[in-house]
Amino acid sequence: MTPDRAVSLIQERFGREAAGEGRYLIVEELPLERWEEFFTFARDTLGCRFFSFLTAVDWKEQGLEVVCRVENLEAGVGILAKTKLGPDAQCPSLTGIYRGADWMERECYDMFGVRFSGHPDLRRILLSQDWEGYPLRKDYAVDTPHAPYR
Amino acid sequence: MADTEARKVIELGYGGNERLVMNMGPQHPSAHGVFRMILTLEGETIAAIDSVIGYLHRCHEKLGETLTYAQYPSIASKTDYVAAMTSELTYVLAAEKIGKIEVPKRAQHLRVLVAELQRIASHCLWLGTWCLDLGGALGGGATVFLYCFREREMILDLFEALTGARLLYGFHQVGGTRYDLPEGWAKRCRDTVGQIDQRIDEYESMLETNTAFLWRAQGVGVISKELAQEVGIAGPLLRGSGVDFDIRRNDPYSSYQDFDFEIPVETAGDCYARYRVRMQEFRESIKIVRQVLDGLPEGPISSRPGLKSVGQVRIPKGEAYARVEGPRGEVGCYLIADGGPKPYRMKWRGASFSNLSILPHIVPGHKVADVVAIMGSVDPVFGEVDR
Repeated sequence: MTPDRAVSLIQERFGREAAGEGRYLIVEELPLERWEEFFTFARDTLGCRFFSFLTAVDWKEQGLEVVCRVENLEAGVGILAKTKLGPDAQCPSLTGIYRGADWMERECYDMFGVRFSGHPDLRRILLSQDWEGYPLRKDYAVDTPHAPYR
Repeated sequence: MADTEARKVIELGYGGNERLVMNMGPQHPSAHGVFRMILTLEGETIAAIDSVIGYLHRCHEKLGETLTYAQYPSIASKTDYVAAMTSELTYVLAAEKIGKIEVPKRAQHLRVLVAELQRIASHCLWLGTWCLDLGGALGGGATVFLYCFREREMILDLFEALTGARLLYGFHQVGGTRYDLPEGWAKRCRDTVGQIDQRIDEYESMLETNTAFLWRAQGVGVISKELAQEVGIAGPLLRGSGVDFDIRRNDPYSSYQDFDFEIPVETAGDCYARYRVRMQEFRESIKIVRQVLDGLPEGPISSRPGLKSVGQVRIPKGEAYARVEGPRGEVGCYLIADGGPKPYRMKWRGASFSNLSILPHIVPGHKVADVVAIMGSVDPVFGEVDR
């Protein structure tokens, strides 16, 4: 597997341009319903077995976007893929493909309120279970008062 | 009666057939911070583990959106406070990547120098505390701990002379470094690494001839090559599981390609393999430090000297993922800039967070005492886990 080959394979199968080079390929706006399919393909066909991170970005009116990065360590191919979520903030879980997605998706749920369907244990991970709101959303003010400490 | 119920659980649990839930932490000395494990035991064997993290959560990612590119680097050092140089460097690399900002060669080499000294200091802390956790097995336990702290102290003295701070440095800034080497520092540094080099041999002979140490480390907490990659653990853990990958060589940043060093790899995947990888990394870091001191280029230490106002660093619209090989593995910063003085979004990929998430996959099946050995070999820093 080479970066060029990865670019053409992604183009062929998903019709998406992978911008960037080598370890920093970026695939924008994957359709949400092909999110799992893409990562199964990345793992099995592109050999990206290393799970780097998963997070989200709040684009205000345009909604939330989930970002995930995986890498083929030997061949030097890294892929950062993105998908836009609908207003319900639902996203298919990648836990069945990468076991490392477990904690990352929990953190993403904790901070952005993204609901990963198919996640076996979707609880808050860094904040307490009774926390209100999702701190990394842009409409969550930095000085939001804390609930009284119990 | 509640008492009778409790007694029943304890008696049956002790018998080995029934399950007993045991709490470990958040203030357990082996947690190296604040970390709670809820262990489900069958006798003394662990059947399941639930990890509770977040006690040190400060929401660095939100904080990063409220501070400018000049302000945040000194705060970044508070994510992984045991290797503050690494996290600062990651952030400024990401900003420089978006802004396509050149860094003078001297600054790049200084960055390598402090990063490697930091790795030695961090590994000293890891070795000392891990051996303290293994406790009685090492004939008193605190011996190695105190030796390691003695060595770490020497490096902190060097950092103090360089930056004025011993733990959180504020050394890196966008475009270069903030400080140059003071008079006589290079010689002092050379002497220090020379001493540490000899003492590594002492540690090795103390530990590797100790049967109790070997029993507690060998064959414990085995991580397979496949699992390691799938969970995304990095650094010495990944290389201890036989994956030959180091960002310094495979994806060089800050002129690492100018230096000559080996990447230690072990295939066993157990606590002992991780120990071996780190012990060899000590020596490789010392090697790099000496090379930097030998060939340090002259010139400016920053391409943006004399910044007087924090608003002066402007990064154009764009995004980048920058990462460095920290003492604990891949520390990454995914930065999105919108052209303003502050980032639009900043994501920390904390190496300790990913490394710690391996626990539920490897701990079940081990005895309670092994949890301590495994935790220590993972070397988590909770400032970085919780961010």
